[in-house]
Amino acid sequence: MSTALKEWPLWEVFVRSKQGLEHKHCGSLHAADAAQALEMARDVYTRRQEGVSIWVVESRAITASNPDEKGELFDPAADKIYRHPTFYDIPDEVGHM
Amino acid sequence: MPAAVDYLLHLADNALVLGQRNAEWCGHGPILEEDIALSNVSLDLIGQARLLYQLAAARQGGDCTEDRLAYFRDTPAFRNYTLLELPQHGPLSGYAQAGPDYATTIVRNFLYSALMALLWEALERSADGDLAAIAAKSVKEVRYHLRHARDWLVRLGDGTGESHARAQAALDHLFPYTREFWTASPAETAAVAAGAGINAATLRADWEAIVDAALAEATLQRPEVGGYVSEGKLGIHSEHLGFLLAEMQSLARAHPQGVW
Repeated sequence: MSTALKEWPLWEVFVRSKQGLEHKHCGSLHAADAAQALEMARDVYTRRQEGVSIWVVESRAITASNPDEKGELFDPAADKIYRHPTFYDIPDEVGHM
Repeated sequence: MPAAVDYLLHLADNALVLGQRNAEWCGHGPILEEDIALSNVSLDLIGQARLLYQLAAARQGGDCTEDRLAYFRDTPAFRNYTLLELPQHGPLSGYAQAGPDYATTIVRNFLYSALMALLWEALERSADGDLAAIAAKSVKEVRYHLRHARDWLVRLGDGTGESHARAQAALDHLFPYTREFWTASPAETAAVAAGAGINAATLRADWEAIVDAALAEATLQRPEVGGYVSEGKLGIHSEHLGFLLAEMQSLARAHPQGVW
């Protein structure tokens, strides 16, 4: 028998909705391990038919960007609108892209 | 042939009484996530009870309704297994009191869900089409209940010294009441004869396989049992059901025409 965990680790929960193509972050919860986190995510985040698939990942496994570096990381993209693919004429035969 | 009302009431009362017992944890769960999980289980059970009461009320006819069956019958009229009405703690003597014990909750949910996963699956083939439809819906719910309870049973049994001792004590207390599963009441015998019901004794070997595999993983010992066999499904209950019903029924009885 192992010693008891006093504090359960935090997990981030991602749910894919029926129509959705990708898993979206929907919240976090505490659980003893990955299997339990999955079960609890089912109970906490899919009670109202929100999803058909769940991912969980331990929060500490996520490396996040530093909010203080927001300026240097993201602001330089602000004046480069030519990176958006909106400058092309699309032939009618192609339809919706 | 359709199932008789008393067989439907046996199934409905099981679901309602356990749903009400588990609902005692609502807002008091050991952790937030588990509080929600157990409330979900209760809502599933109460939902099953409603479908069965609606069917029973329709078959009984007259002015019978699901609320009348749930809220205006007294203890001897209830047909649930005794196991399901026992408090959320072990046996007490005299004026002793105890707080709720999660191991008791988990062990009971495990023992009952293991039975119902098999029983609802078998009832999907009932000659009673309405009951088969309820079974098809309920079997999915109860498979999750079993998964939830089994997971916790293993965690508690194969956990710390304290959690192991409490899980074993809950098992020793509750396991003898499972003998009631295997005796056939007149209502069950009649339902089997009509092709609507299932002889639960035929599920016993499969149930024991589920239980023994989980107990082995949980490092728990299945107690040897003998002697008294409880008779809740015949309407002969422990002293605990009256208190449970009093709490559950008081609002509906104080406001009999109340709607919300």
